[in-house]
Amino acid sequence: MADDMKRFTQTLGESLRERGVSRRGFLKFCTATASMMALPPTMVPAIAAALEKARRPSVIWLSFQECTGCTESITRSHSPSVENLIFDHISLDYHHTLQVAAGDAAEAAREAAMHENEGKYIVVVDGSIPLDNPGFSTIAGISNLQMLEETVAGAAAVVAVGSCAAFGGLPHADPNPTGAVSVSDIVHDKPIVNVSGCPPIPTVITGVLAHFLTFGSLPELDALGRPMVFYGQSIHDRCYRRPFYDKGLFAETFDDEGARKGWCLYRLGCKGPMTYNACATTKWNEGTSWPVESGHGCLGCSEPDFWDAGGFYNALSIPDSDIIRRAGVVAAAGVALGAAAGALNRSTRAKAAASHEKVTIDDLDKTS
Amino acid sequence: MSTPTDFLLWVRGPGFDIALVIFIIGVIIRLLEVLVLGRKPDQAEPRGGELGPGLRTVVTRTLPETGSFKRAPFTVIGGYIWHIGFFISLFLFVPHIELINATLGLIWPGIPSNLVDAVAAVTIVTLIAMLFSRLSHPVKRYLSGPEDYVTWLVTFLPMLTGYLAYHRMIDPYPLVLGLHILSVELLMVVFPFTKLMHAFTFIIARWYNGAMAGRRGVQS
Repeated sequence: MADDMKRFTQTLGESLRERGVSRRGFLKFCTATASMMALPPTMVPAIAAALEKARRPSVIWLSFQECTGCTESITRSHSPSVENLIFDHISLDYHHTLQVAAGDAAEAAREAAMHENEGKYIVVVDGSIPLDNPGFSTIAGISNLQMLEETVAGAAAVVAVGSCAAFGGLPHADPNPTGAVSVSDIVHDKPIVNVSGCPPIPTVITGVLAHFLTFGSLPELDALGRPMVFYGQSIHDRCYRRPFYDKGLFAETFDDEGARKGWCLYRLGCKGPMTYNACATTKWNEGTSWPVESGHGCLGCSEPDFWDAGGFYNALSIPDSDIIRRAGVVAAAGVALGAAAGALNRSTRAKAAASHEKVTIDDLDKTS
Repeated sequence: MSTPTDFLLWVRGPGFDIALVIFIIGVIIRLLEVLVLGRKPDQAEPRGGELGPGLRTVVTRTLPETGSFKRAPFTVIGGYIWHIGFFISLFLFVPHIELINATLGLIWPGIPSNLVDAVAAVTIVTLIAMLFSRLSHPVKRYLSGPEDYVTWLVTFLPMLTGYLAYHRMIDPYPLVLGLHILSVELLMVVFPFTKLMHAFTFIIARWYNGAMAGRRGVQS
């Protein structure tokens, strides 16, 4: 218990040193964080000082209608790295996939964290919330909706991790059998950050938490509630394959010459132009690669309703219908109608000619 | 149609189909109306061929007539700039070629997107200047009817929304892309029933002028 208390009251700096992270390593992390969040280098000492002193905030992680991919993403990435340690050093008081406690003990941990950190804890949500029937998704007999409302009531902020929590995601896809909604559809009185993606980039999740630890506030958000620093630019605008798009060089299939030469994947349905995320710059797996680099078009997973955006392999602006066949049928109809209109005009002209009365000299002499 | 993506899916699906049907049927009806009506047979002895002068006139009337250039240089130059700019934006922008290739199977090389961007900007400014001129010049204003303003609007909107979409000036992207496609659909629907039909009928009119002159042995 004493150990627990010590862990709880430790500052982040103390905790990192205890874990063997050097000052140099810590500052490197601060510099990387500053550059990632597009902050000037002069902010590095401020970030270091703030993080050094930061008390580990209590984090309650709620998993609703989700696939655990978001948790997989954050736990498996960059491991072991200072980002993981940062994650260790927030006080993750409830996360039913990662925590040891189960059943009543787990729920007791959540309630204790809420009670002890009233008004100060962060709620992280992954997964959407079913509204059609509370029984569709429950934890310890508590419906997702009830647990979210209860837990969020005393929270400082809510981080909706993953597209399901941010926008409804896959459960919300047509026909949405569970009536799934996003966190922001339910919570209206707390600051919410949407860290969308299926799953989101782990650095982005830790970046948002680092921002909160550093500044005590949430980062600047875009119109969809996503941090501007990570979701400010489209995949398309930052894509290394963009020059091929501008030149009109496209891969036609996944294994043709164009694909081997790394040409643009637009024709194969890449949703890069409509997708805002940091994949093209941050990349995945310690900067190893990202979907487009591995040869597959962007699915647009950080955008609302990406499951219903007209098919993963259909290009964004290309009409769906079989135009040539349709145009042929329509043209035939047009010819028929045009011929009819022409015939009508001819008959009008013929009638006009037939009913035309010639004027003779005698007619002109007549006085009326 | 609750989300921008739904909107995009509608405009590129059912919306496009509706516009395409109206456009194709409308254009064919308008052309056949003219062609089926025909002309009275000319019984006079021809003094020259029709084919050569007809084709030549289709080309030569593309060049400005000296008189009108001197009288209204702004109208002539502005007209050239925006017509050429419109064609470059429509037919040499890579995503447009991509669309035509995907739907009709025709393909040709495009030009760099940033060049099209500059051309589009010039075209948009020219179109605004042309409208201003139409409104401020007393004679042009007197000669202009509602149709002139409608055709200006449906020509201008695809240029404007295309520019906004390219520069992502409206969020989210599916919304601005959808607006761009919708504006083109509006153009397609209005096209057959307004003076925009000149894009097809100019060939018939010029051909007839040239062929008629050629048959009479006079210069067209």
